Order: sequence, then C-alpha cells, then structure tokens
Amino acid sequence: IRFILLQNRQGKTRLAKYYIPLEESEKHKVEYEVHRLVVNRDPKFTNFVEFRTHKVIYRRYAGLFFSLCVDMTDNELAYLESIHLFVEILDHFFSNVCELDLVFNFHKVYLILDEFILAGELQETSKRAIIERMGELEKLE
Amino acid sequence: MALSGMRGLSVFISDIRNCQNKEQERLRVDKELGNIRTRFKNEKGLTPYEKKKYVWKMLYIYMLGYDVDFGHMEAVSLISAPKYPEKQVGYIVTSSLLNENHDFLRLAINTVRNDIIGRNETFQCLALTLVGNIGGREFAESLAPDVQKLLISSSCRPLVRKKAALCLLRLYRKNPDVVNVDGWSDRMAQLLDERDLGVLTSSMSLLVALVANNHEAYWSCLPKCVKALERLARNQDIPQEYTYYGIPSPWLQVKTMRALQYFPTIEDPNTRRSLFEVLQRILMGTDVVKNVNKNNASHAVLFEALALVMHLDAEKEMMSQCVALLGKFIAVREPNIRYLGLENMTRMLMVTDVQDIIKRHQAQIITSLKDPDISIRRRALDLLYGMCDVSNAKDIVEELLQYLSTADFAMREELSLKAAILAEKFAPDLSWYVDVILQLIDKAGDFVSDDIWFRVVQFVTNNEDLQPYAAVKAREYLDKPAIHETMVKVSAYILGEYSHLLARRPGCSPKEIFSIIHEKLPTVSTSTIPILLSTYAKILMHTQPSDPELQNQIWAIFRKYESCIDAEIQQRAVEYFALSSKGAALMDIMAEMPKFPERQSALIKKAEDTEADTAEQSALKLRAQQQTSNALVVTDQRPANGTPPVSELRLVKVPSMSNVDHSSADHGVTQENGTLTVVDPQPPEPSADLLSDLLGPLAIEGPPGSAVQSERNLVPGTEGVPNAEDALAIAPVGEQTNTVQPIGNIAERFQALGLKDSGVLYEDPYIQIGIKAEWRAHQGRLVLFLGNKNTSPLVSVQAVILPPSHLKMELSLVPDTIPPRAQVQCPLEVINLRPSRDVAVLDFSYQFGTHVNVKLRLPAVLNKFLQPVSVSAEEFFPQWRSLSGPPLKLQEVVRGVRPMSLAEMANLFNSFRLIVCPGLDPNANNLVASTTFYSESTRAMLCLIRIETDPADRTQLRMTVASGEPTLTFELKEFIKEQLVSIPTVSRGPAPPPPPPPPPTSAPAALSDPGAMLAGLLH
Repeated sequence: IRFILLQNRQGKTRLAKYYIPLEESEKHKVEYEVHRLVVNRDPKFTNFVEFRTHKVIYRRYAGLFFSLCVDMTDNELAYLESIHLFVEILDHFFSNVCELDLVFNFHKVYLILDEFILAGELQETSKRAIIERMGELEKLE
Repeated sequence: MALSGMRGLSVFISDIRNCQNKEQERLRVDKELGNIRTRFKNEKGLTPYEKKKYVWKMLYIYMLGYDVDFGHMEAVSLISAPKYPEKQVGYIVTSSLLNENHDFLRLAINTVRNDIIGRNETFQCLALTLVGNIGGREFAESLAPDVQKLLISSSCRPLVRKKAALCLLRLYRKNPDVVNVDGWSDRMAQLLDERDLGVLTSSMSLLVALVANNHEAYWSCLPKCVKALERLARNQDIPQEYTYYGIPSPWLQVKTMRALQYFPTIEDPNTRRSLFEVLQRILMGTDVVKNVNKNNASHAVLFEALALVMHLDAEKEMMSQCVALLGKFIAVREPNIRYLGLENMTRMLMVTDVQDIIKRHQAQIITSLKDPDISIRRRALDLLYGMCDVSNAKDIVEELLQYLSTADFAMREELSLKAAILAEKFAPDLSWYVDVILQLIDKAGDFVSDDIWFRVVQFVTNNEDLQPYAAVKAREYLDKPAIHETMVKVSAYILGEYSHLLARRPGCSPKEIFSIIHEKLPTVSTSTIPILLSTYAKILMHTQPSDPELQNQIWAIFRKYESCIDAEIQQRAVEYFALSSKGAALMDIMAEMPKFPERQSALIKKAEDTEADTAEQSALKLRAQQQTSNALVVTDQRPANGTPPVSELRLVKVPSMSNVDHSSADHGVTQENGTLTVVDPQPPEPSADLLSDLLGPLAIEGPPGSAVQSERNLVPGTEGVPNAEDALAIAPVGEQTNTVQPIGNIAERFQALGLKDSGVLYEDPYIQIGIKAEWRAHQGRLVLFLGNKNTSPLVSVQAVILPPSHLKMELSLVPDTIPPRAQVQCPLEVINLRPSRDVAVLDFSYQFGTHVNVKLRLPAVLNKFLQPVSVSAEEFFPQWRSLSGPPLKLQEVVRGVRPMSLAEMANLFNSFRLIVCPGLDPNANNLVASTTFYSESTRAMLCLIRIETDPADRTQLRMTVASGEPTLTFELKEFIKEQLVSIPTVSRGPAPPPPPPPPPTSAPAALSDPGAMLAGLLH
C-alpha cells in the first residue's frame, strides 16, 4: 500500500497516511486527484480505478471514501476487503462509527491504523486483537 | 464525543466545523497557528499536556490542507519525552508530518534506537511503528540488526515481533543489504512455523519482498509456505478471530500464494502434489454467495490461486479449468469480478499458451470495451491488445478504430498507440498497415504521436511494393476537406518521395499534386512548412521534362520564404532554390531517401516503458523475462506481393559505389545516418536532420569533385559527428563480423538452460533464438526457434552443429531465409553415446547488412541425461559398499566452493536431477544423492553421491561419487565440482582429450593439507 486516504464527499481529508516519501505539494495534489477520481464514479462501477501508474482501491461508506493506493499487480479484492475490515474495527471501537467520531478523534484513528497496517502492509487481521490492543493503550494514557 | 479527553482540541475542531466558508476557516486556522507559534516560542511555560495538545492541533491543521512549516522540532522532541502519552503523540505526529528525507528525523535516531533496544514494550512498539512507516536509508543502516533481533527473539510478545517483521521489510526495501546476513534464510524458515497469525502475516509479507529479490536463498521456505497454505485452506486450523466471514484469513492465504509465485518451479514432487491439492480445492470450491464481503474475500483467494496455477505450468486440464472460470467471470454482471476476469485473462496470455481458448471469448471482451466504467474498458483494451495475433488482428484493430471515434479523451492516446502497434506487428499485408495508420491519423490526429507517423514512413521507404499504394492513399486523403496537420505531414512526405510513381493516374500530375498540397500550406504550423518545402523540391526534381510554369511557382515560394523569420524554413528555402537552379545535378542530389536500418519499433518501446513501478517486481514479469517470449509470433506472413524482390533484402541502397573512395563512403553513411533521425522517436535537433535528408545522398552520389565540396560548404555543420554505433548498424560495405551486439549475457542464458528445458539461447537486435527441449533417457529432442525480429527478411541463414564425440546430433534443414517477423522451428535430435561433459556448439550465422556469426553452446549437457531416482537405505548401502574405490568410486576434497547452506545445496542438486535422499546419512552436515544416468554405452546406470561439508567452513567439502562405470564416475564428479565451485563461463573446446579415469591428482595432494585432515575427521 502506498497511501491511505479517508475523504468525505466534499474532498475534506479525514485521514491521510503515506507509506512512500512525498513532498507536501505532491500530497495535496494526490489528495485532490484521488478525490476527483472516485467521487463521481457510479456505485455500479468497479471499486478499482487506475491512478497514474498505480491503482486506487476505494469503497464508499455513507459520505466517506476510503481509498488505498496499491501496485498494479496487487490483489485488488484482498485490499478491498481490508478496507471493510478497517471500517468494522472503527465501527466496533466507536460503537457505530460516524464521520464526526473520526473528526473529533482523528488521533485515535491514527493509532488504530498503526495497529492495522505498518510499512504499507497488513500487520494484524484480527479485529479482536486490535480492539484489545487499543484497550491496553488507553489504559496507559 | 468526549473520547478525546482534550477539551482545547475538541473546541478547536468544533470552531473549524462551524466556519461558514473557506475564508472564515482560514482566519481561524491562522489565529490558531499564531497562538501555537507564540506558545512554542517561550517553551518554558509549556506543560507536557499543552505541548501535546498543540502538536495534535498542528496535525489537524495539516490534515485540513494548510502548510505547517514550524513546530516540527516540537513534535520530534516529544519523542524523547519520558512518559507514554507525550511520547506517543510525538511518534504519531512525526510520522505523519515528516518524510524520510527530513533532517529533523536524524535528531531522533538515537532516541528511537534506545526505545527499540530498551525494555519498555510499549516504547518498542512506538519506535518500530515510526521506523516501519517512514524509515529511510539512515535508519536502515543503523537499526536493522536491532530490529532483526526483536523479530526472532523468543522473549518478545507477538505484538512486538509482528511490528519488527514489517519494520525490517521497510528497511530492506530501503537497503537490501540489511538482511544479507549469513543464516537469515534459516531464520526466515523458522518464522514461517509461527503459530501466531499476526506474526505469520507480517513475516509472510517480509518473505514476499525477500524472495522477489532473490528466491535462491529462500528455497527452504517453500515447503513451509505450502504447509501454511494447507493449514489455512485445507485444515482451517486457525483461531476463530482470524476467519473473515467464515474464510480463514484471506489476506494470509493471498500473501502465501504470492510468495510461492516467486519460486520458478517446485521440484519436490510431494510438495508439488500437496500444493496442487489445495489449489484444486480453491478452484473448485469457490462459489458465488450473496454476502458481498464473503464473496470478495473468497474471490481474492481464488484469483491469487489462479495466478499461482498459471505460474506453476499446471497440467493442461487444470489450465483449461482456469480459462473456463475466467470465461465465466468476464460474462458476469458484478463489475469487480468482470474486471478481474479480464485482467487475469490478460495475465494468463503472458504465461501460457491459451490464446485459442481465449479467442472464443472475443465477442464478450469487445462488449466490455464499451462498458460505461473506464476501469473495465481499460482492462478490455489490454486484453484485446494481448490476445491479438495474425488471425484476429484485422477484427480487433478495426474494432479499436471504430471505438476510437467515441472513446473518451483519456483513452485515445493509448488506444491509438495500441492500434498502431498491433497493426504493425500482425499486419497480414503491409498495405493494410498503411490503411490503419492513415485512418488513425484521420480519426484521432491529435492523439497520434510523431512516433506513429515516423514509423509508417519508415515502412513505406523500406518496402518498394508499398510505395505506389501509400502514395495513392495519401493523395486520396488530401482530397478530404479538413484534414489533420499530421495527415498533411505524412501525405506531403510520401507524395514528395513517391508521387512520380502515380504520374499516369488522373489528378496526379506533378502540378496537381503540388497544388493540392500547397492549398494546405496556409493552414499548417511552422513545424510542417519545412516538410512541405522539401516536398516541393522533390516534386520539381521528379518533373521530367521540367515544367517551367510549375518551376516558377515553386521558385516563387522558395523566394518568399528566403526571408522567413524561422531559421529552419529560411535555410531550406535558400538551399532548395540554389539547388534546384542547378538543373540536371538536382537529380542526384534529390534522390530518393535510402532505406532505414531496422530498429525496434519506437512504439513498442514506448509501450514497454510505461510499465509501472511496484514495491516488488511482479512475479509475472520476472517469469515473462525468463521465458521464450511471445514477442515473435509464428506467422506465415508474406510481403505484400508474394516473394520479396531482391532489392528489398539490401538494407541501404548505395548506388554506384565504384567511383567513390572508401572514406567518402563512410562519410555518406554518417550523412544518411543523420537522415535516419527523422524517424527517431526524439529527433535531437530537427533542423539538422531535416536538412540532411536531402543533402545526405549528395555525399555518396556526387562525383568527388569541387562541386560537391562547394555544396557542402553551403551548409556548414550538417555533416555532424558520426555516431559509431549507428554507423555500424547500417554499414553497407565490407564484411564486418559480429558488429552486432547480443542482447543479454550468452553465458548466463546457457547456464539457465542447463537447468530448464525452454528459454532463449541467444538474442540480438535482429534475431532471437529460443530453444525447447524434451529428454527421454539417452535421447533428446530439441527445437530451435529462429525468430526474425525485423520487417525485412534475414538471409544466408546457416546453422551448423559441431557435436562432441559422445553425442550424435542431427539438425533438420534450416531455411536460408527467414521472412520478416516470422519464426521458424528447426528440430534437433540428440543421442547420448557415453558419459562426457563436453558441450555441443551451434555455429550460427546470417546476413543482415553485415555478416553475423555466433558460436553458441547448446544445453545438451550431462545432467540432461539424468533421471531422478530416490533410493532407500536398503538399496543404497549395499551398492555403496560394492563400489569400493577407484576407479568406480572417486573421492576428492573440493575447495573454493561457493558458500551455500545445506538446503541450498540440496536444491542445487535437485535442480540438476541429482535427487537428495534425506535421512540416509546420520550426519546432518552431509548430503547423499542418487540419480540414473543414461547413454547408449552405459544404458541406465545408478550413480550415488555423498557430500560431506564442514559447517565451520562452507568453502570446502569432500565429495564421493560412485557408479558402475569409471568414465561416468569421473565425469559426474567433475560436473558436480564445476557446479559447486563457480559458474563456469568459458566455452570448452569441442574435442578435448578423451577422459581417462586415473584418479585426479588433487586427491592425494589434499591429504597433506588441513582440508584433508578435516576430511579425515569427518569420516
């Protein structure tokens, strides 16, 4: 995974995590382009769309777009389902997650993501393991 | 909503949300940034809590898209805070704000390292996460050993180890040397036994990166991967929490199958069988279900299994099962599955021979080309492009052309490029190719790159049969009311060169041609005018007898442009005017353009260049590189009109060389060379090139007199510096042997073919020689595939086999000429008479402008006549004892061995069909192998091998080889030695001295040295 973006329909970034070194200006450009690429796609279309020399795997949950940028040769469906797993984890953690949870607790979202994905690869695919880990961390604060 | 526990932060976020418009938001952000800036300035009064809060606010502002150009220091400094809450913020914000190139990161290296090697597990996790997410080269150099330790430590919790695995992966990508540690492959294999699925998932990702780079070192991981896959897919032996909608971790299954795709083959029959069982289960057992998530997850696994099956050269039956599945997928409504069906069909084409089955789905695929979703259209286009061959090129290209008119702009360029390439590659006849390209320009002129029209000009110039046809077509397009400027360029160029061939046709008199081209002049840009001027000059030259009226018209134009502000146009106008006033001399000067040398199509190159960059090189691509490529297709293609005229065989037409001395001929070559860059993808200096296109021939054809000199002076600086390489490529005179550079390393190709049975033996810019072999006992059947990569034929093709005395070889007839872009197959029968390591040589030559001769070793090597046989202890020991010493049993201490682990050595042996029999030797540092050798004199003969290694020094070992035949024992021993010591690259002569079997001198000598003593100890 090269980067992960959470954006709403207006294009506001709710979370951005880059696993490749990019300059600031380049990041803004990427966020703008990815938003434009996914926002107008018909729900009946594929969840995959080519982005420069890579591929964006995206999924829409209510007004939020979760987008992963992966290599052309990566397994698309596996990444598509990892988005859903991430959403399930968020949902569990915030019990019925909505965009506002993610806005006001963006720092928690970063923490969860760091337990889920590291160095652009899946680190843990057990929902339970991640939720338990978050519990441990909360106690430390 | 109060989860955050930081009121200040929540208030700020609410404020931002309440902003009515962007302007208000900016004001609020600026105010906050000002506030943070002042608070950071007098840091003393700042509590850790406040610092934390401000750093979070900075991250939030940064996320909103504002530049945050201060406070990085504060974020980084929080990393060294003693308490978790501050430290955590420091780590997270730093990894979001900074990238690996940021200077501040350096400041943190020490703290990060201390956290990694420290005792606090939570801090270890934070540090590993930061390094894993942004670690750069410096991190890689200083931290890799520590991270490695954590990964294999038995005292760390899985939590730490899974992070360490991915952290190491990141460092490895930055600097592959970090894991080039002795014995790491064994550690890696152990990691794959891990029970904790989190650690296993992370380790598998690490393995994928490692094997993508170097699978050789990780053979021992292969059976472990198969085991892991069995555990997941067959036994479902995993904790409930790792199943996803009832599917055992689909991600780990996918990763594991990904890792397996990087191993070229699976030698061990048991492992292979187990793997195929699992794969078969996945292929057959995946059903479409209602639940989207479950469906996606199971199909993620299925598609990966398909990829693995394709990679493993499965049996025909399984392959057709795969194609059938894909055929089903490309017809479903569900867009994701259809997309993946198309994508995987394209991949399938690259690795296997399923073209014919896929062709049956052509109509379905064309439907997808019209899908509303651009992602699907792209895949359909790729697939059509991939499945195109001579038989369906016409249909597919016409489909693409039709689609071009309605396609969205985003796809037009790619579409026209692909259509152009297909038209070129598979043209059943060249006139069709010209039709296609002109249609392309007509329909999508804006999207037709220069490369495309340069290429069509090159084809027309090189094929005389095509010239009148192209001229007619060009003339027809000029009649259309509004034509694209590119069309003006092509038409003008072609008509300038060849319109005289049409002279008798209506509407094609020089005057009419001139006026219809000249009509376009007011509409074109300055870059096209020079081409038109050249065309006028050529028309004038071809008008015999000259037509004063036309001449005056054209001269008037030249005069008009003599004062043009554009230097290129001005120069041409001046020169053409001067030249055309010379009367008869013009004929020589303005002669037809010479043929272009063959070169790889710039278009194909361009298409190849667009390959994406990926974290790991794709397994598919690696494989495609190793295979006899499909770049050349077997075709029965003929030139437009039956047999090619002889003149076509010559590369450059060089009229009357007799009166020109050699140096000026060379000069001519250079000059022409300049002209060639007209069709070069990136003309470096268009003015010089376009000029020399007319002046070039002058140097060759003009008598070496003063007139020539003066002409040359007229245009100083057009000679240019000869480019040595290009000059050679077209050198028309003299016998220059092997000025053609081979592509790839011949020795390495030979080595590779020693281990596998098909691949490329030799390649250069003009020809590719592939080989495919089948071996049965002492007989072999090889097929040489001679593929002509050019658009003109290769002639004087000769192939002679120089067999060593122990091989009887018979090569079927090799044709003298290989037609353009065709491949011919030449079977070669081999019979092995007796054991020998000598190698057969193929003496191959052809003529293409220059005479090319290469001598290639053929992979009919000793190990090809081996049949794997595994023996039990009961069979082995009596045999071993009965062969009791020289000359039937030979022993030698070998030094200078390439260091490799025992597992790697076992793999090496297996790959040579010397089958390792585990468990026969009680000493774990030893290795016992057996095989059967076949030759006419020996019949089937069992050979036994024992290797004793010294774990303390991997560069030496003792080898014992036994068989029932002295020569065989000696030859096999020497053969194994060659493989162990280093890769032999020096070609052996065809007739070395007969192999007498006296024991090699090195054995007794060895007794007096430490190596021999070691051997004694081992015994």
